[in-house]
Amino acid sequence: MKHLLSIADLGADGVEEVLRLTESFVEVSARAIPRVPALRGKTVVSLFYEDSTRTRLSFETAAKRLTADTMNFSVSSSSVNKGESVRDTVLTIAAMGVDAIVVRHGSAGVPWQVARWTDAAVINAGDGWHEHPTQALLDCYTIRERRGSLAGLRIAIVGDVKHSRVARSNVLAFSMLGAEVTLVAPPTLLPPSLAGWPVAVSHDLDGCLAKADVVYLLRMQRERQTEALLPSLREYTTLYGLTKDRARLLGEDALVMHPGPMNRGVEIAAEVADLPSAVITRQVANGVAVRMAVLFLILGSRGDLGG
Amino acid sequence: MAAELLLRGGTVVDASGSRRADVLVADGVVAAVNERLDAPASVRVLDAGGCVVAPGLVDLHAHLRQPGREEAETIESGARAAALGGFTAVVAMPNTEPAIDSAGTVREVLDLGAGACCDVRVAGAITKGRRGEELAPMAEMAALGVRIFTDDGSGVQDARLMRRALEYASALGVRLAQHCEDDELAEGGHMHEGDWSSRLGIPGIPTEAESMMVARDVALAELTGAPVHLLHLSTAMAIAMVRAAKAAKLAVTAEAAPHHFTLTDEAVSAYDPVFKVNPPLRPQSDVDAVKAGLADGTLDAIATDHAPHPQEAKELPFDQAPPGMLGLETALALAMSELIMPIEGVLALLSWQPARIAGLSGQHGGPIAEGAPANLTVIDPAAVWVVEPGRLASRSRNTPYAGRKLTGRVRHTLLRGEPVVVDAEAQR
Repeated sequence: MKHLLSIADLGADGVEEVLRLTESFVEVSARAIPRVPALRGKTVVSLFYEDSTRTRLSFETAAKRLTADTMNFSVSSSSVNKGESVRDTVLTIAAMGVDAIVVRHGSAGVPWQVARWTDAAVINAGDGWHEHPTQALLDCYTIRERRGSLAGLRIAIVGDVKHSRVARSNVLAFSMLGAEVTLVAPPTLLPPSLAGWPVAVSHDLDGCLAKADVVYLLRMQRERQTEALLPSLREYTTLYGLTKDRARLLGEDALVMHPGPMNRGVEIAAEVADLPSAVITRQVANGVAVRMAVLFLILGSRGDLGG
Repeated sequence: MAAELLLRGGTVVDASGSRRADVLVADGVVAAVNERLDAPASVRVLDAGGCVVAPGLVDLHAHLRQPGREEAETIESGARAAALGGFTAVVAMPNTEPAIDSAGTVREVLDLGAGACCDVRVAGAITKGRRGEELAPMAEMAALGVRIFTDDGSGVQDARLMRRALEYASALGVRLAQHCEDDELAEGGHMHEGDWSSRLGIPGIPTEAESMMVARDVALAELTGAPVHLLHLSTAMAIAMVRAAKAAKLAVTAEAAPHHFTLTDEAVSAYDPVFKVNPPLRPQSDVDAVKAGLADGTLDAIATDHAPHPQEAKELPFDQAPPGMLGLETALALAMSELIMPIEGVLALLSWQPARIAGLSGQHGGPIAEGAPANLTVIDPAAVWVVEPGRLASRSRNTPYAGRKLTGRVRHTLLRGEPVVVDAEAQR
């Protein structure tokens, strides 16, 4: 695999391979010195055009634990503010001799463009509303950790699917691994067409909760109410928020997940986020190991993993 | 007598039919049309063997970018691209910087076009600055020969203003042309709203953004009795509305662009902004409807919507890149390659029908007969060629057809008798 742009690039076998590899890196991360020399001499650059503390830190930590050199190119401190194009920035970075570029951009498709401009490997760390493949991989890993397998699980993805790269990647990944996915959202927050999506749709969260093995809540952004997509956040919470009362409808083993950052009190009640069934910090922890697996798959070679 | 020229061995095709004939040109006009013409030694002979000799093509819709965006195109480079594509006349759109919304700017563009490789005509803006607020001085521009007015690049959103513009224009013998897009519905969109936009996470422009304005303007055509030309229609819904309007004998004409009958929205899936255009590429069902509309006469013309952009603009993220594609050098070959119709049908859509809409009949698109202006194009219908962006005459490279193999190519183009293109090479 040269790049990781979309979950679709991996296919079911590729996702399985990443998850298997992740297990060994979870083990590495638990060591006293959580570091292996698998990517010694390799350079990984994070090129983030959007603020993202957690994803950037997660990738950088992953690269460092693999002994790769890391560079961080963040927009606020860079020549981007002087009007440099993405292409020129990429060519500049590539000229320094880097092996992988981790790209986050507010516009869908930028990682595809970057991949056309450089020989370095490109990893999509989130592009607009489109995809966020490593988030989906860490979510799959987190579910497997608790439930053993995704096959046959009923997963409800709740909230602003339309504007969510997390949802697009997760729909692909969850269904590849055999889960049944239901999107739960008001019609204004669903994509205009779901043709070809392996999902069911519901506007009734209560009806979904009792049956769900996993409830995956998406972040609700405040500006959606000014775009006439919602009358108010209050009404959203009333219909689609995982409130304390609603959480009682969940089965005993059901997991509550969220990609973060959470709006407590909007899509998820504060108390619910702190329940044992909420594996939100586990998602973050697994994020590092998953990204180690992805970096290793793209930049490493089998022999480097050693014993 | 000016230099004489003989087109030998071709088949003349015009609105009156087709026949095997040589064409002799002198003093900028057709001097003789006959099955076999002998040429004195002083006459330059251009080989038209196996070719179609047709009235020059007329493009109702080209963005020549001058004044203001000369890095993308100039009138000179755009006209050269046009001539290579077989066009002897193009209508330059007014969304320049500044907009062509006054007699002064019209005069400037006409002056710049005076020595160009094709006839450069001007579409004036309907409203000042194309802002959709106040009428531009249409009579002053019409006095300089402007026959089409449009705010193209955007549609006139205000129905009352559009109504007044149509009423006012009806006294001037000019035609208003509409960029059919409801700004509110299209707001924030960068491709066709549908299966692909949903998957790609790109905000979409719904079909109805086009058809709602078509419905409104058909109604205004009926209300005012003034002619309306609908630019670059791209959806089955809009085309059905035009079909109904024509059945009701309303003065509505319409055009479609080559990319709307040759490409679908699936092309956007690689996120290359070279496939970004407005109206956007649509699904196959709309592509089929455009072809059907061209075949059954609902659509009167193929117009290029030639929209050059510099390389750096087409390397922006998809949702930041400007819409538009090159079209002048590929339109004819795409029509010949992709439309299932005889060459007479293709030429009707690219020559005499648009000439009539542009008010250019008599100079362009007319029958090839003694005394007619020698604005002609010679087309080799069997020539196979591959589109190479670097070899196009446009200053820009944003063709979506790079590497595409096409059948049918312009061999020669004559502008008022002067061979401006010979053997597919521009002569100046």
